[in-house]
This record gives sequence, C-alpha cells and structure tokens, in this order.
Amino acid sequence: MMEMILSIGIGVFAASGVWLLLRPRTYQVIIGLSLISYAVNLFIFSMGRVRIDVPPVLKSGAPGDPATLADPMPQALVLTAIVIGFAMTALFLVVLLAARGRTGTDHVDGREPD
Amino acid sequence: MVSLIQHLAILPILLPLAVGAFMLLFDERRRLFKMVLSLATLAALLAIALTLVVLVDMPTGDRWSTIIVYPLGNWPPPFGIVLVVDRLAALMLLITTLLASATLLFAMARWHKAGPRFYTLFLLLLTGLNGAFLTGDLFNLFVFFEILLAASYGLVLHGSGTARVRAGLHYIPINLVASSFFLIGVSLIYGVTGTLNMADLSRMMPTLEPQSRMLFEAGAAVLGIAFLVKAGMWPLSFWLPTTYAAACAPIAAMFAIMTKVGVYVILRLFLLCFGDEAGASADFGALWLYYGGLATIVFGVIGVLASQSMQRLGGYAVLVSSGTLLAAIGTGNSAVISGALYYLVTSTFAIGAYFLLVELIERGQAAGADVLAVTLEIFGDPEEDIEDEDEEVGVAIPATIAILGGAFVACTALLAGLPPLSGFIAKFAMLSALMNEAGDIPISHWVFVFVLMASGLATLIAMSRNGIRTLWVPTETEIPRVRAIEAIPVGALLFLCAAMTVMGGPAMRYMEATAQILYWPSEYSRDVLGTASAGTISGAPIAPVPASSQGGAP
Repeated sequence: MMEMILSIGIGVFAASGVWLLLRPRTYQVIIGLSLISYAVNLFIFSMGRVRIDVPPVLKSGAPGDPATLADPMPQALVLTAIVIGFAMTALFLVVLLAARGRTGTDHVDGREPD
Repeated sequence: MVSLIQHLAILPILLPLAVGAFMLLFDERRRLFKMVLSLATLAALLAIALTLVVLVDMPTGDRWSTIIVYPLGNWPPPFGIVLVVDRLAALMLLITTLLASATLLFAMARWHKAGPRFYTLFLLLLTGLNGAFLTGDLFNLFVFFEILLAASYGLVLHGSGTARVRAGLHYIPINLVASSFFLIGVSLIYGVTGTLNMADLSRMMPTLEPQSRMLFEAGAAVLGIAFLVKAGMWPLSFWLPTTYAAACAPIAAMFAIMTKVGVYVILRLFLLCFGDEAGASADFGALWLYYGGLATIVFGVIGVLASQSMQRLGGYAVLVSSGTLLAAIGTGNSAVISGALYYLVTSTFAIGAYFLLVELIERGQAAGADVLAVTLEIFGDPEEDIEDEDEEVGVAIPATIAILGGAFVACTALLAGLPPLSGFIAKFAMLSALMNEAGDIPISHWVFVFVLMASGLATLIAMSRNGIRTLWVPTETEIPRVRAIEAIPVGALLFLCAAMTVMGGPAMRYMEATAQILYWPSEYSRDVLGTASAGTISGAPIAPVPASSQGGAP
C-alpha cells in the first residue's frame, strides 16, 4: 500500500512536471522543474527501500545487522540533491526575471510567437 | 614525502575553490589583485597537473603505470569516497589547465571587465571540471557537475545582453533536466548494486543477476542521457550552438572542454561497466554511441555549412568533434580510442583557439553587422569606450591581419583535419586503426570513414568561405586593434597543436598506453579498492562496522 502511494505520488509529480516543462511560459517551466525535482528526490529516497520504524544508523554497542536498519545512504544523497536543486531553481529564477526585464515577454524564446 | 605527493590529488579541486571563495571578499575595484591571484592559481594548477602526469606515467611494481588513489578522510573505499588519478584523468586535468590559462590570459585584455565576479566564477568552473575528472564516485561526480554547471550559468551570462539571457533561458533548464536524469540514473544504480564507487561497480558487473542487470542497464542508460546532453549528441544538442555563439569569446573557448567532460565520463563509465569483462552486459549501448555519434557528425556538418556567423560555425564544429569522439568510443576498439584521445586534445585546443580568434577578427568588422550586435551592446557604452581607448593605444601588432589570417588558416587545417597539423594525425590514427582491425571491415565502419572524410571536407569549405568573406573581401573595415596579451593565447594554443604534431610519436604512445589501461577495468578496481576488496560487500548497502568507529559518521 505504502509503495503504491509513493510510486503514484512520484508518477504524478513527474508527469505534471514534464507537462509544465513543455509549456511556453517561463513561470510554468520553473514550476515544472520544481515538480520534477520533487519526483526525483522521492525516487532517490525510495531507492533505499521503503521501510517503517527502523533506525537509519547503528546503535552504539548493538551488533550491526543491515536487515534491521534503514539504508542511510539515499537519505544523505537526497539531502544533497534537495540543496543543489533548490539552489539551481533560485538561480534560474534570477535568469527568468532578467529575461522578463530584457525581452519584455515571459515566453521561453524571448519573443512572442507570430 | 610520499604522503605529500599523495595529497597532490586533491589540490586541483581545493586550490581553485579556496582562491575563488577568497576573492569574493574583495570588491570589483581590486581587479589587478584578482588578476594576479588567478594567474598564480593557474600557474600552480599547471605545475600540479604536470606533476600528476609524470607521476602516473612512472612504473610501479610489475606495471608500467601508476594509479593514485586518494581516499578522503582515510575511509576505506568503497565506504568512503575516493579521488582517483589515472592516466586519463591526469591528461584531462592538463588539457583543462592549459586551455584555462590561455582563455584567462585572453580575458584579461578586456572581457573580465564586462561583468562582476568573473574570476571567482572562472575558478569555480575549474573546480567543477577538475573534480569531475578526478572523482571515483558517481554521486560526487554529480556534485562536481553541478558546481561546474552553476559556474557556467554565470559565465554564459557574463557580459549580459539580451542574446545571452535568451540563450541562458534555454541552456539552464536543459541542464537542470539533465541533472534530474543524472540523479534518477545514479539512484537506480545505487538501488540495484548498493554502491556508487565506480571501481566497485565495475567489479560487480560480471556477477549481477539477470533481473538486477536489467535495472542496472536502465539506470546506466538514464545516466547516459545526462552525459550525452553535456556531450551534445544529436538529438540532445540543439541548445549548444546558440549558447556557444552567445557566450563571450573566452567563455566559449573555455566551453570547448565542457562537451569533453561528457565524453570523458561516457568513456570512463562505458569501459568500466560495459567493457569486455562485464559478462552479459559487455558493449551495452555501444551501438547507440556509434550511430548517435555518426548522426551528431552529420548534424554538425550541416550546421557548419549553413552557419552565417563565425561563432555559430564554431558551435557546430564542437558538435562535429564530440560526434567523432562518441562514434570512436562506440567502435570499442582500443587503437581507435587512442586515436580519439589524441583527437580530443587537438580539437579542444583548436576550437578554443578558434573562438578566441573569431572575436579578434570580427572586432574590425563594420558596425551594424548583426553578428556583432552582442559585442556592441557591451562596448557601445560611451563611458566604456573612453576607458578602453586609453588602454588599447598600447601595442598594435604590425600586420595584424596577416597574423590573424595565418592563425585562421591553422585553425582551419586543425578542424578540417588537413596535414601538416595534428588534426590530420588524429583522424589518420583513428581511421588506420579502424582499417587494421582483424577480419573483414563491416559496412558500418566504412560509413564512419566516409562521414569523417566528408566532415573534414565540409569544414574546409565552410571555413574557407567564411575566411574569405571576413578577411579578404572587406575593404572598408578598419584593422582590428589586437593587443599582444590577446594574440599570445591564440598563438599558444595553436603552438600546442603544432607541438603535438612534431612530438606525434611520444604523444601517440602516451595515448595508446592510456587507452590500454582503460581496457583493464579489473586493474583499476583492484587499485582503487585495495586488497580488502574481495567480497566485502554483496548487495547489502551497509557492512558491519565496529561500534567504536561510529563517532565520525554524520
């Protein structure tokens, strides 16, 4: 059940993101990029296998049995990916505003289609 | 002493990062200070890269080459992350540093004034590039790619102007989407194998189970898309010519190495994971690379012939060269790949020199030429003009046009692959290796031969047409004022190509040794993972670690 919800969530995010990405307005593109990065982040997270109620790191003194632990690696990776994705979106937002100011339109080609 | 030399491996990343960050503390008026600091950094990087090239070339034990492995924080791989310097990485490091020195010198004449934080962005770009070449770990590769891309977004927009912003509006989203593909591929591979260390992946390849193998291949294919966007394979390359034409000259020249990063990663991962030792997955994707490369050459050639402006022509020449490299990798023949490595070096320098040269030549063209619109937007500012004139009265090289024309002819010969320069040797090496393969030559290889020849001819036609139009025909244009500091980098890059021609024998031998090492991924894995590698992990991402060593984990 949990896997189902997660995968549907990733699918909906990715599909909406792709659709928005193909739209002609820069604002739609940046929202699309954000949605895709949510989908990707959830996907990375799910690659560590979805488990409930398990600690991600070893307890000191306890024997290390991988079967009783969540994989901490994807959690670390997803953290990095979130930070980088966030920074890149912010950077793109600046370019988007610059383009709006310079070209006077929010079309991705910098000019309205004839 | 040995340990000191071992720390050399991380310096190409730390040094530009530290200096670049340090320069943020000073405002834009301290330009001379930043200039000197950047030059010193590049000189140090050059010395480090040369040392590394010499070090990896030295025989150790029973082998004639060394692989320097640098485990960060001394965590044993594959649990910690590693930097790996082998011959290929050292070679790429050296090319990057040489190209960067030339373009930085060129930029110091005037372009560094066109926008803020030029030197910091430039050094961060170098950090990302060096990191991508040195890392032995897929996720760090992602991080370094993002560093170099973030810096490149800033540099594409350097000098501002509508054309650049417009190009950036395409360049940035495409690379952001490619980064998403990168992450999906990396996490799929991690989900299947439980490791991100390239050497570890290569070691696990032969023993993967069929259902995991399918997922792994899917992950690798998704990952490949991310790199092919960078390398500019058709049909993932439509952003490239526009971006390269819009970027200012030194940045476009520096971007000549950016497509090569994509090619480098594909070469490395393809041979590590899908080489002959990979069991059922051997040569996975080779045909895609081969035909994709051929399609890229054809697309690039059409673009070269159709280009009106010289910058766009350069952009399409970049595509031709990455197409050639991808197709050469797709042949999976180590002799062809050694020729391709030689071609990689030559074409990087030649394209770099071309972009710098074009800016010098077009500087003299009549105002109003639409190609110049971008440049004019920056230098048409009256205040800027006065300032520039004061400085540029300096050395005007006599017979400027003759020198520029000569350099243009050299660029043409290099890009078209004509004798006597190294472009010819590179193409000859690839083709003769292809022809000397044992057994019958398949038709697909004849197609490669034909496409390579035709691309040379088309480049020659397009470039001589452009050269005549800009250098000979105009009568009313004034002679461009070129300062020595701008002519020297172009000359130096062309000189490097000439030197590679004269020293063709030793250079080819180095490339051959490099290509052969790439064909022994098991040696690479053994060196990187050390002696403890045999079966320490098997599918389970976490290995039992003694409780006492937990303090260091985040």
